[in-house]
Amino acid sequence: METAAKKYTFKDFASDQEVRWCPGCDDYVILRAMQKALPDMDVKKEDVVFISGIGCSSRFPYYMDSYGMHSIHGRAPAIATGVKIANPDLSVWVITGDGDSMAIGGNHFIHVLRRNVDLNIILFNNEIYGLTKGQFSPTSLVGQKTKSSPYGNTQPPFSPGELAIGAQARFFARIGGNTPKEMTDLFIEAEKFKGTSLIEVLQNCPIFNDGCFTEYTDKKVREDKQLYVRHGEPMIFGKEKNKGLVLNGLKLEVVTIGENGITEKDILIHNAKEQDPTLHQMLVRLRYPLVTGIIRSYEDVTLEERIDVLTAEVKSKSKFNKTDDLFFSGDIYQVF
Amino acid sequence: MATTQSNTQHEVLEAVIIRFVGDSGDGMQLTGTQFSDTSAMFGNDIATFPNYPAEIRAPQGSLYGVSGFQVHIGSVEISTPGDEVDLLVAMNPAGLKTNLHAVKPGHTIIVDTDAFTKKNLEKAQYDSNPLEDNSLENYRVIEVSMTSLTKETLKDVQGLDNKSITRSKNMFALGMVYWMYDRSPDYTIDFFNKKFKSKPEIIEANTKVLNAGFYFAETLELIPNAYSISPAKMPAGTYRIIMGNTATAWGFLAAAEKAGLELFLGSYPITPASDILHELVKHKHFGVKALQAEDEIAGITSAIGASFAGDLAITTTSGPGLALKGEALGLAMMIELPLVVVNVQRGGPSTGLPTKTEQSDLLQSMYGRNGESPVIVIAASTPANCFNFAYQAAKMTLEHMTPVVLLTDGYIANGSAPWKIQSAKDMSEIKNNIVSEYHENWHPYDRDKETLARNWAIPGTPQFEHRVGGLEKDRISGNVSYVPENHEYMTKIRAEKIKRVQNYIPDLTTEFEEEGDLLVVGWGGTYGSLHTAVKKLNEEEGFSNIGLAHFNYINPLPKNTEDVFSKFKKIVVCELNNGQFAKILKINFNNLNLLEYNKVQGLPFGNGELAEKFKQLLVK
Ligand SMILES: Cc1ncc(C[n+]2csc(CCOP(=O)(O)OP(=O)(O)O)c2C)c(N)n1
Ligand code: SF4
Repeated sequence: METAAKKYTFKDFASDQEVRWCPGCDDYVILRAMQKALPDMDVKKEDVVFISGIGCSSRFPYYMDSYGMHSIHGRAPAIATGVKIANPDLSVWVITGDGDSMAIGGNHFIHVLRRNVDLNIILFNNEIYGLTKGQFSPTSLVGQKTKSSPYGNTQPPFSPGELAIGAQARFFARIGGNTPKEMTDLFIEAEKFKGTSLIEVLQNCPIFNDGCFTEYTDKKVREDKQLYVRHGEPMIFGKEKNKGLVLNGLKLEVVTIGENGITEKDILIHNAKEQDPTLHQMLVRLRYPLVTGIIRSYEDVTLEERIDVLTAEVKSKSKFNKTDDLFFSGDIYQVF
Repeated sequence: MATTQSNTQHEVLEAVIIRFVGDSGDGMQLTGTQFSDTSAMFGNDIATFPNYPAEIRAPQGSLYGVSGFQVHIGSVEISTPGDEVDLLVAMNPAGLKTNLHAVKPGHTIIVDTDAFTKKNLEKAQYDSNPLEDNSLENYRVIEVSMTSLTKETLKDVQGLDNKSITRSKNMFALGMVYWMYDRSPDYTIDFFNKKFKSKPEIIEANTKVLNAGFYFAETLELIPNAYSISPAKMPAGTYRIIMGNTATAWGFLAAAEKAGLELFLGSYPITPASDILHELVKHKHFGVKALQAEDEIAGITSAIGASFAGDLAITTTSGPGLALKGEALGLAMMIELPLVVVNVQRGGPSTGLPTKTEQSDLLQSMYGRNGESPVIVIAASTPANCFNFAYQAAKMTLEHMTPVVLLTDGYIANGSAPWKIQSAKDMSEIKNNIVSEYHENWHPYDRDKETLARNWAIPGTPQFEHRVGGLEKDRISGNVSYVPENHEYMTKIRAEKIKRVQNYIPDLTTEFEEEGDLLVVGWGGTYGSLHTAVKKLNEEEGFSNIGLAHFNYINPLPKNTEDVFSKFKKIVVCELNNGQFAKILKINFNNLNLLEYNKVQGLPFGNGELAEKFKQLLVK
């Protein structure tokens, strides 16, 4: 991609449409973080495309002054794949919800990751169906009471990160919905990453699932409950910066620096770029601390690159330039 | 090499229908294709139809494992593979049993006697050997021990295993048929040389067996006379034999080249549409981007994405796949982007008869979506004109900015016929609605005054940044609008846009007669059968004023349709479904008194049954 010619401000990416989410919804935070992140990316405005499915979050493209499509429920990854194959120079973003991508769109979700199309997917996980007014979703917890589970949800949840890494996601990041600064940075990192980048935002829905992530995201507990990982740095967390992760057999264990002879040197260093996803998968699964930041970022060949190479190879060997060359080749005969 | 024809007297025939049948492993498709290609090269008009089992590995010798290939060749115009056959080549009892009914009484059957073993007879559920119990006395049966003769022929060829030896018996049969119909085996020998370049022993074996069959027939007293079919009078030009699905794929290649756009195909395999995917993936050198998607929904939606980004986008499928694509097709209609959906119809409903032909997805194509969502619907009618209608579908979708459903069916998609090669440079121009020069007050839903097509602004173009989506659009800005009057207005303008396509499609013409006692009406892949039947009947004493009106344009219908209909006393609509096109005609023209002839057996119309039906209608 060429370097962006002009410097934008976040206003350049705000459309003239009135934003219509419920007051207090984290979707506003995500929107603003995106509008702030785009000027700091190396992209031209006309090259930015947002493709969404259906759900509250999927109204996102309307609020961005860029190219966009609000499509149908669950299908945004497939549409975005078509956009990207048609024009690999575009910066393509998929906006989706947990219902949109884990339920109806589960199939497209796993396949876009497997193919490693160079897209950025932002998954607004609020563990509920917002737009249809409060049914449980594939990420809702067992026992959760919702409109469609008045006695408690009986279906165990997916963890989006686990599912994604199982489907060969090369980039997975997680971020709380109330940390706009880090979110902006993650969006920029996701854009730079060649391949499918998936960012799970723990998005509060104050109307139907208020506080679903408060135990991790509340300002008061955040530092003690979340581990924000950075590539190359030790996995240390806690207000006192004295907690850390070590590997004990096949399990991750929380230890305290200074206790039982543990020093900073014993703490695992985060390697997001490791090809083997085993440790990333363990980090994703952890609930104490909840791991946020870029958990996995392993660069690999993208689908478009594969297509490009193959096309160039076939072109260089083919004797066909125009369709006539094909039509008039092989077993043809004359009638006089 | 058997290049010289024998000195036997040849009886000259106008046309002949041959059917090769055997076990699915017997190579009947190859045998049939070789015979038809050779005849085409010789100058005959041809039509072919393969018929294979739905099961990939049906048990050998079983009744449902029979594979067949029918070819109709002539010195006269050939419109269909034909119904009754003049020669049946049956490589085993099951093939004989399942195909005997198609042989004209008094005509010829060649069998491989070696295959008529006790075991095979049992598998074919014969109580007694039909070669011995006089049940074939109404036919001329030529019994040849093809398997043994093939083994004998190849006993000195080095490097062949038993399996390859027995497998080449189909070439023995082909050699015999070449001799009987005065055709040279040269084309097929050429084919071996190219196809098996790296396997000289296979070339040698096949050539030997082919020639052995040829000479065997020549010396065999059981074949008292042989036939010849002169070249047909066809328009001058360069020809090739083409299958409907290949022609469809090539039509899109030509259209993309003409339109100066890249071609994108999003597709999920399904019989009988897969061959379009198979064909297009070969052509990466033309820049074709073909994505085998995870399902039909991803097939169409990836195409919608590619269309949004400026490609000529298509998706190919068959009935059940079209059902899955319905929601996305509605989106494409709503956002008014170009998209061609090819539906190669097969027998339905549900999984139905996947390897058989039918025309029963018409109403699904017309109406199978939520809400008022009209799209252009057109249908190809012969293997060769699949090329033209694919091209036409691409042209229409780009010029009118609306999805087009192109209907073909298993019968024309798998059938093959001579195609007078059309060069893309001679095809009609294709315009597009892509905008590039920004002007103040541009709106995504600005429309062309004549066609009502909206303009197409492609991501990557500065200043045209805009959003589309499935929610109702404001008539000008394209922003989301729930205004009741606006929804009604938009519903009507989307319908009007399709209606106006009438101004860009050819008038309906009739064949044979412009007025008369009976108008035979059909659409899509039944053209060949209807044409043949009407022609034949018009040539019969007492039945000289029957017209044929065959539709390729279904939504919208040609402007003059009612006018054409008004000149006939009776109208009969013939379809391979339960009356779907007749319903559409009745909706459009409420005073019409339509008769119907419907067949829903997974089979094409037979010429005989049609002529019989038309006679009855005329007499009544
Ligand atoms: C084919 C189809 N089925 C169902 C719906 C109804 N529907 C719209 S959004 C939605 C769930 C949205 O939940 P989620 O993806 O979590 O997004 P949120 O609204 O919470 O942002 C459903 C079931 C639809 N629009 N289309
Ligand atoms: S329902 Fe929930 S997710 Fe949807 S806009 Fe309201 S607060 Fe946000």
